[in-house]
Amino acid sequence: MLTPTIHEKLTQKFENAILPLKELPPGSHSDPFIAVNSSKLHSVLKYLKEDSDLLFDNLICISGVDYPDRIEVVYHLFSYKHLHKVVIKSLLSDKTKPVLESTCDLWKAANWLEREVFDIMGVHFNNHPDLRRILLPEDWEGHPLRKDYKTQEFWHGIKVGM
Amino acid sequence: MAELQTQELTINMGPQHPSTHGVLRIELVTDGEICVKAIPHIGYLHRCFEKHAENVDYMGVMPFVDRLDYVASMNNDMTYAMTVEKLLGVEVPKRAEYIRVIMVELNRIASHLLAVGTYGLDIGTFTPFMWAFRDREKILDIFEMASGARLLYNYLWIGGVWMDLTPGIEEKIQEFCDYFEPKIDELDTILSYNQIFINRTKNVGVIPLDLAISYGLTGPNLRGSGLKWDLRKNEPYSIYPELEFDIPVGTGEQGTVGDCWDRYMVRMREMRESLKIVRQALKKIPEGPFRAKMQRVKPAPGESYVRTENPRGELGFYIVSDGGLKPYRVKGKSSCFTSISCLDDLCHGAMIADVVAIIGSLDIVLGEVDR
Repeated sequence: MLTPTIHEKLTQKFENAILPLKELPPGSHSDPFIAVNSSKLHSVLKYLKEDSDLLFDNLICISGVDYPDRIEVVYHLFSYKHLHKVVIKSLLSDKTKPVLESTCDLWKAANWLEREVFDIMGVHFNNHPDLRRILLPEDWEGHPLRKDYKTQEFWHGIKVGM
Repeated sequence: MAELQTQELTINMGPQHPSTHGVLRIELVTDGEICVKAIPHIGYLHRCFEKHAENVDYMGVMPFVDRLDYVASMNNDMTYAMTVEKLLGVEVPKRAEYIRVIMVELNRIASHLLAVGTYGLDIGTFTPFMWAFRDREKILDIFEMASGARLLYNYLWIGGVWMDLTPGIEEKIQEFCDYFEPKIDELDTILSYNQIFINRTKNVGVIPLDLAISYGLTGPNLRGSGLKWDLRKNEPYSIYPELEFDIPVGTGEQGTVGDCWDRYMVRMREMRESLKIVRQALKKIPEGPFRAKMQRVKPAPGESYVRTENPRGELGFYIVSDGGLKPYRVKGKSSCFTSISCLDDLCHGAMIADVVAIIGSLDIVLGEVDR
């Protein structure tokens, strides 16, 4: 199933929670994606995983991207049953405390992938069983992949940076 | 104490430990000889790859990409180059594709040799390790001839490769193929079908297929669980559709489908398939340019996710371009990261000695886990 068909199916089910499909400019090599209202994200992903026509049983990747006005959390999904993939995006406009619902109950892979997004992008995941930093030390300050991130000067008396 | 109870003991394994394959720390909770919990702690080798990538131009990211999975640099480079090429819409010349595939498959052999060699070492046999490293050295010599470097090559560039094949290297690769094929049989005899090795790895660390998919395992770890899934065949890229090769999967030959032996054996069999690919590519390689003619690397605004089959599973890059000279965001999706995340599930109830066998069978490289 291609992205426009999946988008149509999702819109029928979730109506306003699915944002209209963005037209890609002609000649663009960009991947198509479906943007979802963050409050409905979990139920959309649950539907994507469990509906018999969709069956996205594999969560490939969760990435966070920081834009000047929003944070995007991007889910790349794949189905070994139907051999199709889809990109789901959730736009978080509140940059001071971005919150999403955890998807650990759907895919076990989500546990660590969400911890990584929390660690480096500062997105909180509700109902996550173990939301700790994963790559950085637990007492690190800030989330490095935010564009406005400033490195702390010292960490336990060790000078950080050059 | 009123009642006599066994006490759980927490043991720290690593970060400096020969069997963790790098700087990985595992918090083991043990009840006698049984492992109750195994919590991996990662991040000791975190080198801020994604942050660095935002501060250099597209071509400048390549050396950083080399250092992700540092025993399979060629494969990493290929994934990154393919992602940027997709954003640019550049077509890579045929000759370059062939050179890439030859290098990538040789690197797959080198990487699997390291994996099976050190795995033998984990289990307690020393000789296969020396044999594997002896043969891996020959591949590194070929890479040195091609790129000048032995470990971090920076050889595959966006749009093609850095340099055409050095004169004489094709004969050398051919020579290696002829030399190496019987060596796999030797490794099979001394390690794969060694009864002690089989007893240590069969029925240990079994990953059922649904668990493997839920954890997002890829590569030999997924194929070991019995799913015939290889991106080179199932989502063909580069020149793989023109080449003939098989996909080995775990069948539970010695025990249960998805046990350590199955995962190990998939790697052994993949080396033979890679040799097949290298031989065919050497025969078919056409003349022509080795790099596409390009202006500056400056993709139009957009984003793309490309994944390829690396020795340890699928490596993917998610690159967002804002139309500038530097990438706006580069996210590397590592297969080792997801592999090691399932460790706790596998080790629950295992013997302490089997924990080492399980970690080794997942074949992780901490450079890619921590990035």
